[in-house]
Amino acid sequence: MTAQLSIRNVHKSFGSNDVLRGISLDVPRGSVVAFIGASGSGKSTLLRCINLLEPIDDGEIVLDGVDISAPGFDANVARRDVGLVFQSYNLFPHMNVLRNITLALTHATGITRPDAEATAIDLLDRFGLADKARAYPEQLSGGQQQRVAIIRAVALRPSVLLLDEVTAALDPQLVGEVLDLIAELRTSGMTMLMATHEMNFARDVADTVCFLHEGAIHEMGRPEDILDSPREERTQAFLARTMRR
Amino acid sequence: MNSDSSTGPSRASARRAFEERRRRRSLAIAATSTVVFVGLVALLVPRMPRWDRVKQSFFSGEQFADSFPRLLDAFVLDLKIFAWSVPIILGFGMLVALTRVSRNPALFPIRALCVVYVDLMRGVPVLLWIYLIGFGVPGLGLDRPWNSPLLWGTVALCVTYSSYVSEVFRAGIEGVHESQRAAARSLGLTHGQTLRLVVIPQAVRRVVPPLMNDLVSLQKDVALVSLIGPIEILRQAGIDKSKFANFTPYVVAAVIFLCVTIPLTRTADWLLARERRRTGGTRVAA
Ligand SMILES: Nc1ncnc2c1ncn2[C@@H]1O[C@H](COP(=O)(O)OP(=O)(O)OP(=O)(O)O)[C@@H](O)[C@H]1O
Ligand SMILES: [Mg+2]
Repeated sequence: MTAQLSIRNVHKSFGSNDVLRGISLDVPRGSVVAFIGASGSGKSTLLRCINLLEPIDDGEIVLDGVDISAPGFDANVARRDVGLVFQSYNLFPHMNVLRNITLALTHATGITRPDAEATAIDLLDRFGLADKARAYPEQLSGGQQQRVAIIRAVALRPSVLLLDEVTAALDPQLVGEVLDLIAELRTSGMTMLMATHEMNFARDVADTVCFLHEGAIHEMGRPEDILDSPREERTQAFLARTMRR
Repeated sequence: MNSDSSTGPSRASARRAFEERRRRRSLAIAATSTVVFVGLVALLVPRMPRWDRVKQSFFSGEQFADSFPRLLDAFVLDLKIFAWSVPIILGFGMLVALTRVSRNPALFPIRALCVVYVDLMRGVPVLLWIYLIGFGVPGLGLDRPWNSPLLWGTVALCVTYSSYVSEVFRAGIEGVHESQRAAARSLGLTHGQTLRLVVIPQAVRRVVPPLMNDLVSLQKDVALVSLIGPIEILRQAGIDKSKFANFTPYVVAAVIFLCVTIPLTRTADWLLARERRRTGGTRVAA
């Protein structure tokens, strides 16, 4: 089976700081990849590059057979197929939940507003947030805001969904509801790449775990292999540090 | 950890009683000090050696009644100038702000021009611009109606205030967090859509209070246009003052101004409070 998303030798630097040093990865349709690694190892940068928020310096990002990173390719079109959810939710504070979800539907894909609202209501319903449709972001808990942010990205029916430490800013008791949503998306066949520090969650939902170190994939494999019996010394050290907390 | 809930009710009522006592106390202090202050003013001012003369020439009841309708009539011109200026100032100010925050290389010369424009306008008193533009342009010998000092005085107000307002808008736009743009772009919205749907609405909400402050100043500065000719309230008050050798018309004008500017400032406060309630978050200081 060919990969839905191929990341080929991606390089990215900020000034003299080489943040990504040749990342290559094939992601089959419907699979879930978890990126783990120390702070500064380049997890967020990689996800932002795949969404084309950051232009890459070298390499290619091929989605459904199309090189979306090619110079001149319309990034706005590509981004609709690559959903990105941020650690800090980034909902639009001046719009209610419904409008947060329908905004890109009506303006980026040209769906009519009633259709967009129907889609949004369906999704809110499915994930237990129907009664929040008219609420403003600040009236929601962190967990609810993050679920809305995920729904906002999913509503565009992206080919892949990128999740950047989406539970890192949440109180511990709110993490579960967000993880449940992600688990359900996985069941529905969504291809997902996520940066996470929830090792147990990575073990449960990921098909592949990638350990990032200084902008390179240092070790990757099945979750149980990487998390329980890593071969590389650095992976072992990182996991030892993380598990102790 | 259970002690909170067990002692809850009694502690809550004690706290309420304490708050209530404190509130009464500050109310009493405020009332007393107000009475004392007003009493002192009422007692001392009439004892000033010239109070009778001042009262006659600034607070004459007859003169007030006589001038009031005339000045109110003249004030309509101020309101007209204000009403014409506000949309122009807001629109032009926003345009300048957007040009200054844009990164489009093609706009570079216009961006530079905007910087020069804002510096020039902000660095010179409004009154001077009214003289320069209001006398200068009609002096070019244009035909009617293009030689009216009223027109060019209003233009001068618009260009100066647009520069102030553009700086307010710019601060508001730059105050919208980068992550909001990132979120909008990540959803496939274009740069223009992001600006129009996400950045500008948030920026405008943040800057309503400082913007209202500028509009209150504008409302007052409209009177400066009188210095190059048009007979609006301030000039009419001057005419009345000379005719009747009495300063009461100025007091009348002040009262009329206050009738507009105080509701304006109160509206600004109210808008700010409402916006705080609705969205919270940080705001650009005035
Ligand atoms: N916009 C930027 N400009 C300059 N440097 C940046 C930028 N974004 C990220 N970096 C740098 O890139 C490196 C990787 O950052 P990144 O945010 O990708 O790490 P991360 O693995 O997501 O870390 P964390 O676990 O803390 O989120 C860091 O050294 C960071 O300083
Ligand atoms: Mg990160």
